Amino acid sequence: MPPFPFSAIVGQDEMRQALLIAAVDPAVGGVLVFGDRGTGKSTAIRALAALLPPMNAVAGCPYNCDPASPADLCPHCAEGGPRKAQKKPVPVVDLPLGATEDRVVGTLDLERALGAGVKAFEPGLLARANRGFLYIDEVNLLEDHLVDLLLDVAASGVNTVEREGLSLRHPARFVLVGSGNPEEGELRPQLLDRFGLACEVATPTDIATRIAVVRARDAYERDPDAFCAAHAKEDTAIRKRIEAARKRLPAVTVPDAALEQAARLCLALGTDGLRGELTLMRTARALAALDGAGTVTDDHLRRIAPAALRHRLRRNPLDESGSTVRVERALAEVFA
Amino acid sequence: MTTAGEPERIWADALLALRLLAQDPHGLGGIVVRAGPGPVRDAWIERLRDALGPERPFRRMPPGIGDEGLLGGLDLAATLSAGRPVTRTGLLAAADGGVIVVPMAERLEPGTAARLAAALDTGRAGPEGASARFGLVLLDEGRDDEAAPVALADRLAFRIDLDSVPPRVALTEGRAVEEPEVEEADPVAMLCSLASAFGIASPRAPILALRVARALATDNAAVTAARLVLAPRAERLPEPPPPPEAPPENEREETPPGQGEEREPAPPEDVVLDAVRAAIPPRLLDLLLAGGLRRSDARAGRGGRPEAVSRTGRPVGHRPGDPRRGRLDLLATLRAAAPWQRLRQGEGRLAIRRDDLRIRKLRRRVETTTVFCVDASGSAALERLAEAKGAVEALLAEAYVRRDRVALVAFRGTGADLVLPPTRSLTRAKRGLAGLPGGGGTPLASGLDAALTVALGVRRGGGNAVVVVLTDGRANVARDGAGGRARAGDEALQAARALRQAGLPALVVDTGARGGGAKAMAEAMAARYLALPRLDSGAIGAAVKAIR
Repeated sequence: MPPFPFSAIVGQDEMRQALLIAAVDPAVGGVLVFGDRGTGKSTAIRALAALLPPMNAVAGCPYNCDPASPADLCPHCAEGGPRKAQKKPVPVVDLPLGATEDRVVGTLDLERALGAGVKAFEPGLLARANRGFLYIDEVNLLEDHLVDLLLDVAASGVNTVEREGLSLRHPARFVLVGSGNPEEGELRPQLLDRFGLACEVATPTDIATRIAVVRARDAYERDPDAFCAAHAKEDTAIRKRIEAARKRLPAVTVPDAALEQAARLCLALGTDGLRGELTLMRTARALAALDGAGTVTDDHLRRIAPAALRHRLRRNPLDESGSTVRVERALAEVFA
Repeated sequence: MTTAGEPERIWADALLALRLLAQDPHGLGGIVVRAGPGPVRDAWIERLRDALGPERPFRRMPPGIGDEGLLGGLDLAATLSAGRPVTRTGLLAAADGGVIVVPMAERLEPGTAARLAAALDTGRAGPEGASARFGLVLLDEGRDDEAAPVALADRLAFRIDLDSVPPRVALTEGRAVEEPEVEEADPVAMLCSLASAFGIASPRAPILALRVARALATDNAAVTAARLVLAPRAERLPEPPPPPEAPPENEREETPPGQGEEREPAPPEDVVLDAVRAAIPPRLLDLLLAGGLRRSDARAGRGGRPEAVSRTGRPVGHRPGDPRRGRLDLLATLRAAAPWQRLRQGEGRLAIRRDDLRIRKLRRRVETTTVFCVDASGSAALERLAEAKGAVEALLAEAYVRRDRVALVAFRGTGADLVLPPTRSLTRAKRGLAGLPGGGGTPLASGLDAALTVALGVRRGGGNAVVVVLTDGRANVARDGAGGRARAGDEALQAARALRQAGLPALVVDTGARGGGAKAMAEAMAARYLALPRLDSGAIGAAVKAIR
């Protein structure tokens, strides 16, 4: 069954925008999606990955290395030998709840250790996710130390393994997408802050949208191929938009006025550190690139600010108003 | 009027559900069967096995199954004795095309539930992505607050409750429900508006109902599907046409913003609404009639208890075990294997057997849950209550950073309520606190009993619990809800002694102006006593830290 087409997803505009931005510039640092069950979070990520152009990878490399990238980063390609290219779909790797650190980071290959007496590394989920997406459902229930580790690898793009007598580094660049329901426990503020974008998804409340969701799903299930064919054109348009944006991104400029606005916004909200400003700039640039614009404008800032900042506000347990409201208040002030 | 309460009809629907599931196990996801073990449940399972036929797999999942069992992989024992890798197929892939029965689903570990959910979504399992298109039967024997994991139940089309079906009915075919005649213009619109009318938020519900309707392919299939799929998920009853009387004063805003308004387009026909309403399981109906599900009720029992053996934390030695369920301790494994090498006569290669494998024993910092037991009675005054709320919030904010948890029991009127089950969620805590009503008598004994239950639950889960009681100690309502100071006081002391017997660290904050009851209670509880006619969240915070 082909995956559900990205363009056929009903509503959830903020989540789709955030995912597109992450696809254009993976360095924005992960997307956090908070919301109800069954709102198509995992569908959207799979759909986006399926829509992206297949990538060139070294055949047989467990880390999906790009043949054009230097070989010395990857333990497989560094061994030398031919680096034959092969087209591969962009990987989406699920990190299940309760996964052990071994499974995530990789570990001693037990099979070969016991069978052949060879000390070899068995790559983990981080290796498989290289150049793709790592999706964690219920990230808020994940053990803290695992989340720490994931964010650290996501930020550096390298997984360093020092365990069971193994010592190696391998590339692990991926877009981290976490989802969860805040009712079941929250992430530590330190961790929240390290996600680039945070969006809230909710079950559509009006019947018309709900009907549209069910109809789309039903049409897809009854004849997946026809349904995908019907949306192929729109999907292609989105793919072209992403490809064009990736090309344009390095040339997108950020005028001083926009920088100043971003700083004022973060100041008004009292976000800690500079990560707020940096992410705001990065994501606004990616958004401008997606729009086909050459420079970042106030409009871009305004559209991305809620997702880029809402999870960076200092928590005040006695302030009843939600963080989205606070960001909007600050936006109204700064852009008055 | 609850015609569906009749066992014959419940049984007929249960049989219909199993026939549908047997037709398309993966498409419909499965069934949550809420029933105690017994002949009725056995009869139902037997019928499901018959409906599936001998050629399709029918597996029972062993409790506490690990990854290698579920997803497949290296068979350790066989590999070690053969000296070459031996793999085995996981349960999920082995059940492809058939059904997996999960006993004691209410105790399912979160990790296992997550893997099952992922396989249901993708139809694949294991490292090689083998086809695993199965249906799930969750046998839920939970009592009251325990239930099968919500994330999993949401993906399964059916929920049946067999507790009210007597064994003699299970020998019959039941009696099918007659569907009302409806002009069925558009099943999609009808199912969506029904889901909305019954307050069902997850979009999966109408999608599953639609699949059921298509599988039924009868006249009025959509009505039957709504009865089978939507009715057991109802979170509220649709508003009756004429508003009966003024809503009770303590009714709270439970609907998320935006859900209350504009549910206008095409209201479902009354006959259909009635048919679905009549199919709501009696137990659920009582809850809904009693003022609706509290969100916390609907979400209780999420995915079993934390694992007894921690997988994280600081290493404190090693123990024999499977390295895929923990972390291999290489040195200890070698040390265990070393003395046997000569006997085993490995040919130049180290001979390691399964029994030699050692994994690290880890100890995790144990979580502490502070159980607040708050007097919300009239004598404690509403103002006190607001201050108590402030203290709880302040402590929660602190606990949030340390990853500790907070729970809140409030007692007033004739009984005690668990307002906030153990949580570290600020969102949830705020909502629980905001809706806390005050006034009425002081059922101190009930409050202490409830706090004890919560604290023991926390302890069963492997955590520490401390109890903080905020009261003036003037008990005047007994456990059975009757008034009377003398008996209420005796019972309160009795409940306090039970807390001491459980060995729970406790703090009593006396909020009364004139001391008395609270002090004696603190002594009975062996608790620290803090006289605090003016509540001060800082002082409470310090005192809680002292007992912890």
